[in-house]
Amino acid sequence: MSFISVFDVLGPNMIGPSSSHTAGAVVIANVAHKLLAPPLKKVDFILYGSFAKTYRGHGTDRALLGGIMGFSTDDLRIRDSFRIAGQRGLAFSFTPNQTEQEVHPNTVDIRMENEAGQVMTVRGESLGGGKMRIVRINGVHVDFTGEYAAVIAVHQDKPGVVAHITKVLSDHNVNIAFMRLFREGKGDTAYSIIESDGTLPQGIAGQLRDNPHIRDVMIVQS
Amino acid sequence: MEFKNAKELLTLCRQEGCPISEIMRRRECVLGETTVDAITRRMARVLEIMRQSATIPLTNPVRSMGGLIGGEAKHLAAHAAQKKEICGPMLQKAITYAMAVLEVNASMGLIVAAPTAGSSGVVPGLLLALQENYHIPDSRIMDGLFNAGAIGYLAMRNATVAGAVGGCQAEVGIAAAMAASAAVELMGGEPEQCLSAASTVLMNMLGLVCDPVGGLVEYPCQNRNAAGVANALVAAEIALSGVGQLIPFDEMLSAMYRVGRYLPAELRETALGGCATTPSACERCGCCGR
Repeated sequence: MSFISVFDVLGPNMIGPSSSHTAGAVVIANVAHKLLAPPLKKVDFILYGSFAKTYRGHGTDRALLGGIMGFSTDDLRIRDSFRIAGQRGLAFSFTPNQTEQEVHPNTVDIRMENEAGQVMTVRGESLGGGKMRIVRINGVHVDFTGEYAAVIAVHQDKPGVVAHITKVLSDHNVNIAFMRLFREGKGDTAYSIIESDGTLPQGIAGQLRDNPHIRDVMIVQS
Repeated sequence: MEFKNAKELLTLCRQEGCPISEIMRRRECVLGETTVDAITRRMARVLEIMRQSATIPLTNPVRSMGGLIGGEAKHLAAHAAQKKEICGPMLQKAITYAMAVLEVNASMGLIVAAPTAGSSGVVPGLLLALQENYHIPDSRIMDGLFNAGAIGYLAMRNATVAGAVGGCQAEVGIAAAMAASAAVELMGGEPEQCLSAASTVLMNMLGLVCDPVGGLVEYPCQNRNAAGVANALVAAEIALSGVGQLIPFDEMLSAMYRVGRYLPAELRETALGGCATTPSACERCGCCGR
């Protein structure tokens, strides 16, 4: 959504009390949970800036935990997310970090571990009005908002990988809205993030993995 | 169907011969590539949530997460039930509903940010009270919401609705400008009168700071939502009487934005000034000692 909709003004429909500290936190964690294969076993949240100072009074902790369990901003279960996580056998912790100052005021690091033992860290920033952006995956700087359907491909930084990705997308008639490549260094691990208009066909993940340099593919529907 | 400012909005209203709500509806359909049916369904859900959040605490009060508010809407409703109100039924109901929504918001209940969570009581407060007093059908109240959406959109596009950027005048101030404009359309005013009312609100709330106790969306936010409703009603009354304003909405909006940027950081949502640092607030909050 590239224009300001009437539902951006009268919205989001959300569990209070704060669009940045509650709704935005839900959205960050909700997008993060789509990046790692379920079921999740353990999740640790490190809170920075204003998040670290006021997370209890704003229910940021319940919001993050709700989001990581797939709840949306208007889901009343957010209030009970501690209990629900307990029932689901999901271990969780919150650690405020008030010493780190070089971050956006509403930042969270999410460290997730699934039953298969895979670990992933995601950093998100809550920008206000329920908007957010993901700025790091596993320590690599990235930038996407979750407002568009996105393909996130983890691959070796090698020639031809991007051509392969765009070929698969074009074969499925996917129109690319934004495309960016982020890498740890030349030839190292890279993240290609492609945001598209509309819904992404599920079959594309398998075809994208056909390229030997692509290690993992995540599909995040908007 | 796009408009960049209030001047262009008024031109569109004149060209198409329709109210602000209808222009906003058409804009949503065109730019959102969707249908009138789909956006009507979505807006009906918005209205449903607004109504629930404005009425539930009248009978079921809840304590806020931070413990600073809870139960105010029930007190106001009881006061009115005893026929002791001094605001008159219209304004009394509107402030009761506005404060109720903030109570729901602060207790992790379901609300519609309008345009923000901290200012979410103003638009439903005024529109639902108007609906009851003048027996307005839901379909017309939704016209009011589209009208309010147009004002909020202009504020998001050309200024800000974030307390951290522009202070409370950008949150409750814009919410009240939205509510005033919607009220004027619902009561039969012309598009020019809607924008004139919105301009009046910004003028009258200019400079209001954002100074939440403990950094939480509770206090004085709840009182300010009630004050926003009152400001909206005053502005709508002035506009509907035919009194115009010297300063048009676009100019008032940019004046509000400039004033917001003059505000020191202490008075923009950081809880470092204003109400937040009064001795009583500090004693109650105890945040700094943690």
